[in-house]
Amino acid sequence: MDRRDIGRFVGMDQAEEEKVFQERVDAEEKIEPKDWMPDKYRKTLIRQISQHAHSEVIGMQPEGNWLTRAPTLHRKAVLLAKVQDEGGHGLYLYSAAETMGVSREEMIDDLHEERAKYASIFNYPTLTWSDIGAIGWLVDSAAIVNQISLQRTSYGPYARAMVRICKEESFHQRQGYNIMMTLMRGSDEQKAMAQDSVNRFWWPVLMMFGPHDSDSVHSAQNMKWKIKRQSNDDLRQKFIDQTVEQANAIGILLPDPDLKWNEERGHYDFGEIDWEEFRRSMSGGGPCSRLRLAHHRQVHEEGEWVREAMRVYENKKRSNQEAA
Amino acid sequence: MGTEISVKEYVVRLGDDALILGHRLSEWCRNAPFLEEDLALSNVALDFIGRASMFYTYAAELSGQDVTEDTFAYQRDCRDFKNHLIHELPRGDFAFTMVRQYFVDVYSLAFMTSLLESSDSRLAAIAGKAIKESEYHHRRSEEWMMRLGESTQESHRRLQSAVDELWRFTGELFDQDSPERELVANGVAVDTRALEADWNQAITATMSKISIEIPKDELQVTGGREGKHTEFLGFLLSELQFLQRTYPGLEW
Ligand SMILES: [Fe+2]
Ligand SMILES: [Fe+2]
Ligand SMILES: [Fe+2]
Repeated sequence: MDRRDIGRFVGMDQAEEEKVFQERVDAEEKIEPKDWMPDKYRKTLIRQISQHAHSEVIGMQPEGNWLTRAPTLHRKAVLLAKVQDEGGHGLYLYSAAETMGVSREEMIDDLHEERAKYASIFNYPTLTWSDIGAIGWLVDSAAIVNQISLQRTSYGPYARAMVRICKEESFHQRQGYNIMMTLMRGSDEQKAMAQDSVNRFWWPVLMMFGPHDSDSVHSAQNMKWKIKRQSNDDLRQKFIDQTVEQANAIGILLPDPDLKWNEERGHYDFGEIDWEEFRRSMSGGGPCSRLRLAHHRQVHEEGEWVREAMRVYENKKRSNQEAA
Repeated sequence: MGTEISVKEYVVRLGDDALILGHRLSEWCRNAPFLEEDLALSNVALDFIGRASMFYTYAAELSGQDVTEDTFAYQRDCRDFKNHLIHELPRGDFAFTMVRQYFVDVYSLAFMTSLLESSDSRLAAIAGKAIKESEYHHRRSEEWMMRLGESTQESHRRLQSAVDELWRFTGELFDQDSPERELVANGVAVDTRALEADWNQAITATMSKISIEIPKDELQVTGGREGKHTEFLGFLLSELQFLQRTYPGLEW
């Protein structure tokens, strides 16, 4: 008999169920939708996966703003394909969250009512074309570091969504880096534009990995349940180490005077993050946070008649089939 | 005989149609009524932008020296664009966009089928690729006509008003000026006049199925092929071309 069914079979109590659950997690078995799981595990995952889904979808706005202004037909097509992918990631993730018994409508409602969050990085405005380069290069790189780690998360549908998503992300990172590289080979104005974007996005991107491990509230339990596989600080360090080299290769300066190689640690040291700024952007104080949500709400409201028409049409078709 | 210029002009016209519609469709990405539609409309937009790129690339080859696909997209003014007006109209609500798309898809399918027989092998090759895309576009937009036409009062009302708005921009699709007629005669261009009857029949059949009325004897708005546009195109171009205009002559 499969271990996951033992509990139900022998009528175990809560503590025993939890013990079996933890043993399965420890043995690197994936937890599947129908398996027993602690309430808190389910809640944490619904929160995390839906937040991740909302981030993909809200993230379509800052980049989507530039679809009509991309400077060449090639860039236009590539950016459109990229933003479209992000929408697709949103879909995979909403589906993964739905396996836990929450509907997409409910999740969207939570977003609109501000009960659910999304990545604060998308509250920063895209002001110039090079912001599109900076986002693809830095934001998608950071997302990749995080998502590669999550491919090994303990909840099966989430892990599998991450595998699919990671396959597409490297193209996103490359298109962003390619924009930056092209600008850094260009005119003085283009170089200044690219550098300015990195100056604005660098610190917010570092904040994407979340608070320091010592300040992180949920970390210990999430690591034990293997929802999270690597700590915030470890992931951030990994991102910084790989990005410094990429910045050097195209002559971009990362705006941190404390950034330097530490032979002993085998990593780059870096400066202190301004967590006040982080808290402000997380609590709705970022430059665009109201706009992003207002936009999402408005589009959702404008689309209500279309979704209603779909529902009515599907119902009609179904009852016609049943009658036939 | 110097037909190259006219062939080039013809190819640019087809590129303009594709670019302007692709641009309008791309505006839906992040603005669609639900996520699956953001993706589907982006797909269609990508097909039209890709089509523009193929036509312009061919036109650039016919032009020689220092001309690229982007020269056509980014360095011409309103009067130089020769797209049919229907493509430049703002995206409107979802019904407006889908009715326009349905009108265009029925047209494109017939157009590309005919272009497949062009004596110009490059145009025939582009048609070969476009036709497969248009089949998919057409299935989709026709399905939306049914969904919107046979469900709620509101969707039916919106569908009807989209048809009312758009109808006067459809006649132009079948209107050919003399340079184009010449190219029809030597087998390069599609004889669009010959497509009109079938198009009308297909549209009438669909619309009658969903009780949508087609405006009668409406005065048609024309001028796109002469570069006489609606005021909307200027705004579209100022957005599309903003970077190339602000920083001329650079690589991006
Ligand atoms: Fe993504
Ligand atoms: Fe992501
Ligand atoms: Fe991405």
